[in-house]
Amino acid sequence: MLDVDLHFSRGDFQLQVQHRFDAGVTGICGPSGSGKSSLLALIAGLLVPQQGRITFDGRCWVDTARGRFVPPHQRRIGLVFQDGQLFPHLNVHANLHYALRWLPAAQRRVAPDAVIDLLELRPLLQRRPDQLSGGERQRVALGRALLMSPQLLLLDEPLSALDARLKAQILPFLQRVRDQMHLPMLYVSHAPQEIAALTAQVLAIADGRLATAIAADA
Amino acid sequence: MLTPDELTALWLSAKVGFWATLVSMPLAVACGALLARYSFRGKLVVEALVQLPMVLPPVVPGYLLLMLLGTQGPLGAWLQRVTGITLAFDWKGAVLASATMAFPLAVQPIRLAFELIDARLERAAATLGASPWQVFASVTLPLAAPGIVVGAILCFSRSLGEFGATMAFVGNIPGQTRTLPLAIYSYAHLPGGEAASLRLALLSIGLAFAALLASHVVTARLRRRWALPTRRDA
Repeated sequence: MLDVDLHFSRGDFQLQVQHRFDAGVTGICGPSGSGKSSLLALIAGLLVPQQGRITFDGRCWVDTARGRFVPPHQRRIGLVFQDGQLFPHLNVHANLHYALRWLPAAQRRVAPDAVIDLLELRPLLQRRPDQLSGGERQRVALGRALLMSPQLLLLDEPLSALDARLKAQILPFLQRVRDQMHLPMLYVSHAPQEIAALTAQVLAIADGRLATAIAADA
Repeated sequence: MLTPDELTALWLSAKVGFWATLVSMPLAVACGALLARYSFRGKLVVEALVQLPMVLPPVVPGYLLLMLLGTQGPLGAWLQRVTGITLAFDWKGAVLASATMAFPLAVQPIRLAFELIDARLERAAATLGASPWQVFASVTLPLAAPGIVVGAILCFSRSLGEFGATMAFVGNIPGQTRTLPLAIYSYAHLPGGEAASLRLALLSIGLAFAALLASHVVTARLRRRWALPTRRDA
């Protein structure tokens, strides 16, 4: 599915990853500064590795040896950020449909209405991002990433800005996405219990190195 | 209330200000974005060059324009031969003089607006399939809009006040290059022209004040509508 074999460094920080991610949900757990977010940014094409290869589903996204680099807008990866990163000048409807402006009709596989209903976003459509609560904002961010019909969904600490009560409210939505969208997902978090709620496939990351699967018990 | 001559000066000022703003803005937006986003060799020199008209006596840029673009100037002669357009002692030259002087004033707020944009939003747009130009058009530019509007208003107001460069480059020709400030100057030196110059002076103050007020209203309104910077309430 997703093959990553790369080396990335910035200042003192070193990231060395060699792993084959399978379909389904993979959780990546590690403390802050361990390189979790950098790994997702490298897969999404927001960072460029000094050395290595990334291939997905037979397509090569990065191969430093051959000078190949597919820019982020051509990878069709849904990325959900910790604080949503909703566009403040667009309302919820326009945020959700943003990717459809650029997405060719032939690549549209997700019905916008289905996602809007799945995530219960209909009452929010006319609101502006600053009129949303933190939990609503993350649901919209998730919906926006899904509406682009991604081939891969990356979640970068999507719940860590929320308190425990809101986390418990959003997790079922993530489980619905897992069960109904049939997407490979990488879920990054420093909280093992969040990951355990979504998958048993867990990797640990520390000091820029991905360790073998650990048992998810929390 | 105003005599036909005064109305002509007012109308000419508006026309010159409008075109000077229109000519300056695309370049000011490009320049503001460049200075806000990129570091390159010689950036300090470019910054100083952009700001130069602001600190020079306005007569100097006007004089340089005349040397370069006057009918005898290398660029002016070429322009006339190729396009038939003469800038010196023409209202189009007044537009260029105003645009030159107003440009640094327009760049400043635009650059600040670009600097304040959260680059993470642009990265989010890229992951959502927008190419760099599409990101610029759909995220960067709209978010910089308040700064761009303020830049345009400042540019227009500065054009209304342009005197020195205009005088040096295109002279003081009634109906052609005699804008409000030049008309005030002319009336002030004319016996019995005090009332006219006072009227036009008051008019200038009113226009400048209205423009500044408009820029503040626009900024406040856009800021409120887009809730910039984003509040976080979880």
